Amino acid sequence: MQVNEYKPLIVAFCCNWCSYAGADLAGNNRLNYPADVKIIRVPCSCRVNPMFILRAFQRGADGVILCGCHPGDCHYTSGNYYTRRRMALLFSMLDYLGIEKERTRVEWVSAAEGAKFAATMNDFVETVAALGENKRLEDLRCKK
Amino acid sequence: MKRIGVFVCHCGTNIAGTVDVKAVAEAMKHEPGVVFSTDYQYMCSQAGQEMIKAAVKEHRLDGIVVCSCSPRMHEATFRKTAAAAGLNSYMVEIANIREQCSWVHKEMPIGTEKAIILAKAAVAKVSLNAPLTPGESPVTKRALVIGGGIAGIQTALDIADAGFPVDIVETKPTIGGKMAQLDKTFPTLDCAACILTPKMVDVAQNEKIRIFSYSEVTDVKGFVGNFDVTIKRKARYVNETLCTGCGACTEKCPMKKVPNEFNLGMDNRHAVYIPFAQAVPKVATIDPNHCLMLKSGKCGLCSKVCGAGAIDYKAKDEFLEERYGAIVVATGFNPISMEKFDEFAYAQSKDVITSLELERLMNAAGPTGGTLLRPSDHQHPHTIVFVQCVGSRCEACAEKGKEYCSKICCMYTAKHAMLIRDKYPDTDVYVFYIDVRTPGKNFDEFYRRAVEEYGVHYIKGMVGKVTPENGVLKVQGSDLIDNRQLHIDADLVVLAAAIEPDKSARPLATMLTASMDTNDFFTEAHPKLRPVESPTAGVFLSGTCQGPKDIPETVSQAGAAASKVIGLLCKDKLLGNPCVAHSDEMMCNGCSTCEKVCPYGAITYEDKEFRMPDRTTKVRRVAKVNEAVCQGCGACTVACMSGAMDLKGFMNKQIMAEVDAICK
Ligand SMILES: Cc1cc2nc3c(=O)[nH]c(=O)nc-3n(C[C@H](O)[C@H](O)[C@H](O)COP(=O)(O)OP(=O)(O)OC[C@H]3O[C@@H](n4cnc5c(N)ncnc54)[C@H](O)[C@@H]3O)c2cc1C
Ligand code: SF4
Ligand code: SF4
Ligand code: FES
Repeated sequence: MQVNEYKPLIVAFCCNWCSYAGADLAGNNRLNYPADVKIIRVPCSCRVNPMFILRAFQRGADGVILCGCHPGDCHYTSGNYYTRRRMALLFSMLDYLGIEKERTRVEWVSAAEGAKFAATMNDFVETVAALGENKRLEDLRCKK
Repeated sequence: MKRIGVFVCHCGTNIAGTVDVKAVAEAMKHEPGVVFSTDYQYMCSQAGQEMIKAAVKEHRLDGIVVCSCSPRMHEATFRKTAAAAGLNSYMVEIANIREQCSWVHKEMPIGTEKAIILAKAAVAKVSLNAPLTPGESPVTKRALVIGGGIAGIQTALDIADAGFPVDIVETKPTIGGKMAQLDKTFPTLDCAACILTPKMVDVAQNEKIRIFSYSEVTDVKGFVGNFDVTIKRKARYVNETLCTGCGACTEKCPMKKVPNEFNLGMDNRHAVYIPFAQAVPKVATIDPNHCLMLKSGKCGLCSKVCGAGAIDYKAKDEFLEERYGAIVVATGFNPISMEKFDEFAYAQSKDVITSLELERLMNAAGPTGGTLLRPSDHQHPHTIVFVQCVGSRCEACAEKGKEYCSKICCMYTAKHAMLIRDKYPDTDVYVFYIDVRTPGKNFDEFYRRAVEEYGVHYIKGMVGKVTPENGVLKVQGSDLIDNRQLHIDADLVVLAAAIEPDKSARPLATMLTASMDTNDFFTEAHPKLRPVESPTAGVFLSGTCQGPKDIPETVSQAGAAASKVIGLLCKDKLLGNPCVAHSDEMMCNGCSTCEKVCPYGAITYEDKEFRMPDRTTKVRRVAKVNEAVCQGCGACTVACMSGAMDLKGFMNKQIMAEVDAICK
């Protein structure tokens, strides 16, 4: 089998209360996932503006994943419901623009789900890696 | 341009083992704005913090990046360090290179490369940080305790002792919880009632404590320092202040065949009842599902015999609105249902009982007056089989049991076996176990006494099947040590059922926005360092709602929760979270979109005069965020189509800068 050298660039937005803590728990339990994942902390998944995601793809990200608390468990009670609706819309629009649906994902990870966090990241990286590099929205002017 | 300092922590080998910290510090020297960059073994130590302070002074830093463990761990520490060095404490950003880097990646080059990128993102963010000042809010000096078991009782007593008023909300007609149902308690074998009921009386007599029994919390708004709570006081059809607890009504009530939940349905009570003699508050309650008067309008006997005139058939549920500075959750546990465990014939035979049922059968105030009689024919059982871990530690039976260890069953089973052998030496007692777990003070000694002094037969192995046959229970089990099958004819089988959190805990957690684990136990803010606080500020945890516990552990946790509450209520003002939303008046068009998404109603509008370039004035409607109410979720910032709304500390341009740094 040929070894795939290609490393995808993944931006993960994690809400402070559940998913970011879930990611920390994955660390506490030493559960591995690829270093391609870089996490940005936001107070709530609903803080993630579609602009951030577009920007990531423009700047060469290959996949963007948004993690929040499980429905009903958002620290701010309803933030993740906004996230769910906004992202459903955004992701289908991105799909239309040629950013395949597999490159974007919303996942609910609680503070207790370190294992789920690691498993999700492993799976997401694998899925995105299989699609290869994203060139669709990349703004070449941003490249040095 | 900012003058940024970067401080890379080794965390012993925790970080330095997988990340070349020197290389990270070196790489950061070339980042725009960075004027100083270094590494150190333990940044959070006194020496590390002093080093940061000195660097701030020496290099006139106005922004700090610490590359270390999670900000959830030490962000607060480094903010204090910054403040001590004369910087605004919000000019600090943390790059999480431990939990989210060195601990999850194995190879040094990969870990180092990622750490550099995370550090760059933090530098990019901090160079856009602005000084922030938290607002202040008052503290309502009163606490709410939800659940009146031993956990809630102890917490309430301790808080009241410090001089603060406390309310207990308890769903049942009386406080006391499961401990009130127990007979004797391990490891000292003193009677539960003898140690619990004096505490219940203390609660009743403490003028700082109000008990809302037969009540539920139905809504929680607000935050630490000021929670607005709606309490539903269920109609008990008996006026609590008039009722003297004489019990005349309960004797006269013709509805005598209502299963008595306090005795787990093993005997009956009346439709109007007082759960047990030492109930607190000691007042009667009418069960609307069985009362003739409430169901068909015919009867009214209790009202006739009540000398105090306390019966009120027209009572309605009432709703109270109260404000509290802190909330303690103490909703406790329940044994899981045994209905699905067909192999033990719980549903088929009355003589297969749970351990809690056995507590009632051995309790002097129980259905048999404390004489151990089997439920089916009221005969003395001569052979008793205990089965431990029923539904506990059961990965394979997730649909009916639990994966975790319920922790208390080994000890109470040893207690039961010992008490039975002590009182009825002619009984044979067998205990089937997976392994016996006794890690507590005097616990192993206790268990060994059961085996060595009381001659209880401990058998390592599980019971495969219990079959009721002609009045005996045929127990089939395996003895793993002698490697053989056992057949025992038992008169009574006792199941040590797993315990689970109360079913009402999940909706309560949602109301409180407190998090739970996958088993519905409340999660603590930190498993080791903040074990009695929930991650939600102002919400504290007491007792078995947080995880399986025995009474000594419950009581110590209850006291710890109380001390945390007292620490909070002692404060006159709380500092708020300065990371709140803010709208740019020049960009806002007053569309009202943000107001609709805000979960807290923090956004209002005001008409404001603006000077136009042509020197005329114009009145426009603009959004205004109430900083004391805004919790900083950021929902509004995304909803705002004009881009007027932004979130301090997590500004659009800051997050964009992080994205850019990560994507190079
Ligand atoms: C068979 C058995 C034997 C035991 N023997 C021993 C022993 O010998 N020694 C020992 O140390 N421990 C023993 N234990 C453990 C002991 O019972 C517990 O440690 C203790 O009762 C836990 O107290 P708690 O207050 O956390 O919970 P609970 O006793 O369950 O109290 C919780 C209270 O909260 C109320 N509540 C629940 N939900 C709500 C809500 N939403 N709103 C308002 N109120 C609510 C409940 O009605 C209840 O009154 C035994 C347990 C069992 C099952
Ligand atoms: S950040 Fe959240 S809480 Fe604050 S005003 Fe906006 S929507 Fe309301
Ligand atoms: S959504 Fe934006 S433009 Fe509309 S009122 Fe709120 S801040 Fe103003
Ligand atoms: S806080 Fe986690 S999704 Fe809102």
